[in-house]
Amino acid sequence: MAEPKTKYDRQLRIWGEQGQTALEKASICLLNCGPTGSETLKNLVLGGVGSITVIDGSKVEPGDLGNNFMVDESSVGKSKAKCVCQFLQELNDAVKAKFIEEYPEVLIETNPSFFSQFTLVVATQLGESSMVKLDRICREANVILIFARSYGLTGLSVSEHTVIESKPEHFLDDLRLNNPWLELKRYAETIDLDVSDPVAHKHTPYVLILVKMAEEWAKNHDGKLPSTREEKKEFKELIKARMTALDEDNYKEAIEASFKVFTPRGISSDLQQVIGDSCVEIDSSSSDFWVMVAALKEFIENEGGGEAPLEGSIPDMTSSTEHYISLQKLYQAKAEADYLVIEQRVRTTLKKIGRDPNSISKTTIKSFCKNARKLKVCRYRLVEDEFNSPTVPELQKYLTDEDYSVASMFYVLLRAVDRFAANYNSFPGQFDGLMDEDISRLKTTAVGLLNDVGCNGVTLTEDLINEMCRFGAAELHAVAAFIGGIASQEVIKLITRQFVPLSGTFVFNGIDHKSQLLSL
Amino acid sequence: MAPPSTAEDSRSRDLDKLLLRAGNLVGPTFEPGPGLRDDLKEYARVLVVGAGGLGCELLKDLALSGFRELEVIDMDRIEVSNLNRQFLFRLEDVGKPKAEVAAKRVMERVSGVNIVPHFCRIEDKELEFYSDFSIIVLGLDSIEARSYINSVACSFLEYNSDDSPQEETIKPMVDGGTEGFQGHARVIMPGVTPCFECTIWLFPPQVKFPLCTLAETPRTAAHCIEYAHLIKWDEVHSGKAFDPDDPEHMKWVYDEATKRAELFGIPGVTYSLTQGVVKNIIPAIASTNAIISAACALETLKIASGCSKTLSNYLTYNGAAGLHTKVTEFVRDKDCIECGPGVLVQLDTSITLQEFIDLLEEHPKLLLSKASISHRGKNLYMQAPPVLEEMTRSNLSVPLFELMGKVAKDVVHASGTTTKNDKKTSCLRKLRVIFEGVDGITDMDTAGEA
Repeated sequence: MAEPKTKYDRQLRIWGEQGQTALEKASICLLNCGPTGSETLKNLVLGGVGSITVIDGSKVEPGDLGNNFMVDESSVGKSKAKCVCQFLQELNDAVKAKFIEEYPEVLIETNPSFFSQFTLVVATQLGESSMVKLDRICREANVILIFARSYGLTGLSVSEHTVIESKPEHFLDDLRLNNPWLELKRYAETIDLDVSDPVAHKHTPYVLILVKMAEEWAKNHDGKLPSTREEKKEFKELIKARMTALDEDNYKEAIEASFKVFTPRGISSDLQQVIGDSCVEIDSSSSDFWVMVAALKEFIENEGGGEAPLEGSIPDMTSSTEHYISLQKLYQAKAEADYLVIEQRVRTTLKKIGRDPNSISKTTIKSFCKNARKLKVCRYRLVEDEFNSPTVPELQKYLTDEDYSVASMFYVLLRAVDRFAANYNSFPGQFDGLMDEDISRLKTTAVGLLNDVGCNGVTLTEDLINEMCRFGAAELHAVAAFIGGIASQEVIKLITRQFVPLSGTFVFNGIDHKSQLLSL
Repeated sequence: MAPPSTAEDSRSRDLDKLLLRAGNLVGPTFEPGPGLRDDLKEYARVLVVGAGGLGCELLKDLALSGFRELEVIDMDRIEVSNLNRQFLFRLEDVGKPKAEVAAKRVMERVSGVNIVPHFCRIEDKELEFYSDFSIIVLGLDSIEARSYINSVACSFLEYNSDDSPQEETIKPMVDGGTEGFQGHARVIMPGVTPCFECTIWLFPPQVKFPLCTLAETPRTAAHCIEYAHLIKWDEVHSGKAFDPDDPEHMKWVYDEATKRAELFGIPGVTYSLTQGVVKNIIPAIASTNAIISAACALETLKIASGCSKTLSNYLTYNGAAGLHTKVTEFVRDKDCIECGPGVLVQLDTSITLQEFIDLLEEHPKLLLSKASISHRGKNLYMQAPPVLEEMTRSNLSVPLFELMGKVAKDVVHASGTTTKNDKKTSCLRKLRVIFEGVDGITDMDTAGEA
């Protein structure tokens, strides 16, 4: 056995031990193991998910050898689920790989409770009516669901789940220069910006320069910080005037970072929305996430004085080692103090709703506090709602927008081919010889679909309708690998609860790669 | 159209829809039919450069996209840390050449596909080797290697007298790259779309820490590590080169960095971070590699078959926050040293090959040292290997004009080393040599040369 730390080194550098642990605990169910499904799982098995269950009722045909790497000559006539599962197991023996030879549509109809055992279901190449049913099943069972579909040179990927906490990676640092706390102010007081030693002068970190300059400004402006354009400009000029040499990088950094002083105090509107959510009224059945949000809300309204808990880290900046380390410690101490308050509030809250006060771990609360500023709650519509009543003005806008029109027409056509298949028992262009007939039928179907959702007066281009029939429901390997790659990426984001999962429907445009994310 | 009859035919069930049927949104050369499918199998030869995260995916994708004749070149051996994404490798393969194992695995699974592996440096191959391929696909993680392949592909490019590129000399490249959740895929048609060098600014050189910060005011764990690696190592091991692949060396740097961090009270030095900083490790995951490779393979199929329009010409992908893709149509640099008509060098007919080589070292646009020179596929002088050097040495005292068959102007290729960002790199330059005072020179040849 390879040392897992070495094997997973390149991904641990992205999602860390915590993310990896989450992956290793996850159980993933795949519906249909054509190339789209097989490629999705391949990427997840390599990354070390806990277990996979492959569901497919079909046998391997010679045609499958041309687009699926997980089957070979010896597989023809055998269960596809079994063959794919075997190959996937070869990739990583740390993963538990199972298969069930059954058609997903049958399971959805006859055994809906089957799906509740999984963390997440990836449903590939599934028709519209099965998607709608599966979405309901998974929502009720609180199982995350991802749809992925490859179709000729197009395809789509959608994630379906009710609520998710997300933590964007790239976020402005949390320095509190617009609202320094007592200890930071006191430390700044010990510094003399006009120190005569040039070495000390050029090694005063910009954090301290800005705290002091902001205080000086506030003193002369009724306690207010710069807010108008002129004031901001003047503030920067004042910083510049304190430079004693041209090569003082710390002052240059201070000027560049001066906007951090101007930023309004308090929490972002996104966070405001989270703590204003009705789920904050918690009861015994509330999730750990909302229990922590409730504690966070109390903190912001009381000890925090309108601010979220401090994150506690500082970026690198020109500084003497001594100042930098002292600042680092100051920020860490404040973050730790904030965390302790929130932890206490979480424990009290848990007790109040009749749960074990220690049921949420310190690590979880700590990570919650560290990311508190960046919390975001996304809510997703039921697939059925999107299908039956998409946001028509949005759809109309997409269809007529230069950048979005091809992707959104593909979206309409991808839905139209399912309706077509329900009516004619085959996909348009699936068989040679019926092309002309299928083209006009697909056109009629697509127009009917647009009318049904109330999107009138939009024409789909003939070229795309023709293309769609030319595709004839082909599952090309390269397109499947692309869509499968995206599906696996979204699985990772949803399971590690890091990064921001895609919201809406991603429509792949394999013609000129002008793919788009649609929210309907 | 007859339904597929043999097992061989039915294998391309899905691909046939695109290759056999006419379409409106296709390339200008698209001629659908079974002949196209057969041509792809028989005549399209694709080289995959790199058998790593992208290369493994590319070989699989291309083998399942109708291509039969593939070759792959990579100088690396398999490491344990490859296994989280380079899916053609198993634990028992660690230590074996990547190109060889990758080729074998894909051939085992996709019958009929022929993949020739090359376990060597890209610079070890002659120009002829690269000229044989219909398309070159790049799955690399270094700017230097991309630059080199780019210069090779551009060296084949010839121009008509009206400065339009000669179609048959265009060597298409498809290039992919990833870092974490981000990546890019691009199509390069030298002479038509911007080459790697035209848009070299897309890859800014890496920011290094100033030495005085490392020596005097370290603040972060990375500063301590780089101090141990760049300053302390040389102080202690006089003359002994640091080898990032030697675990003893890495351990030494880690220990020194830890000591320094303790001295300054700096937190965060770990072995993993030490490796990351010293080896400049780029985080890599399976999904991004799969996505970018798939886009590259799809473009390769489209270029070779014309079955759909191609990417024009640069796709950026970011999957960290939501999902963003963007297509940018970059423009060529008309004066590009690589894909332009060539660097103009005007010479006297009396100048010898040795004098010419010396001149290249001084030439401000070239600064090329230790150049080997070839003309129309013939080696005029080779610096290495010794056998070739000996064979060609006598040419050094012969005037270049004579060696080139006394033509008024022609293109020669010079390969040597140049210094870029304080780093020596191999490079290949196309030179438009014009002999002064020889008939047949028109104004047009020198026009445009500032």
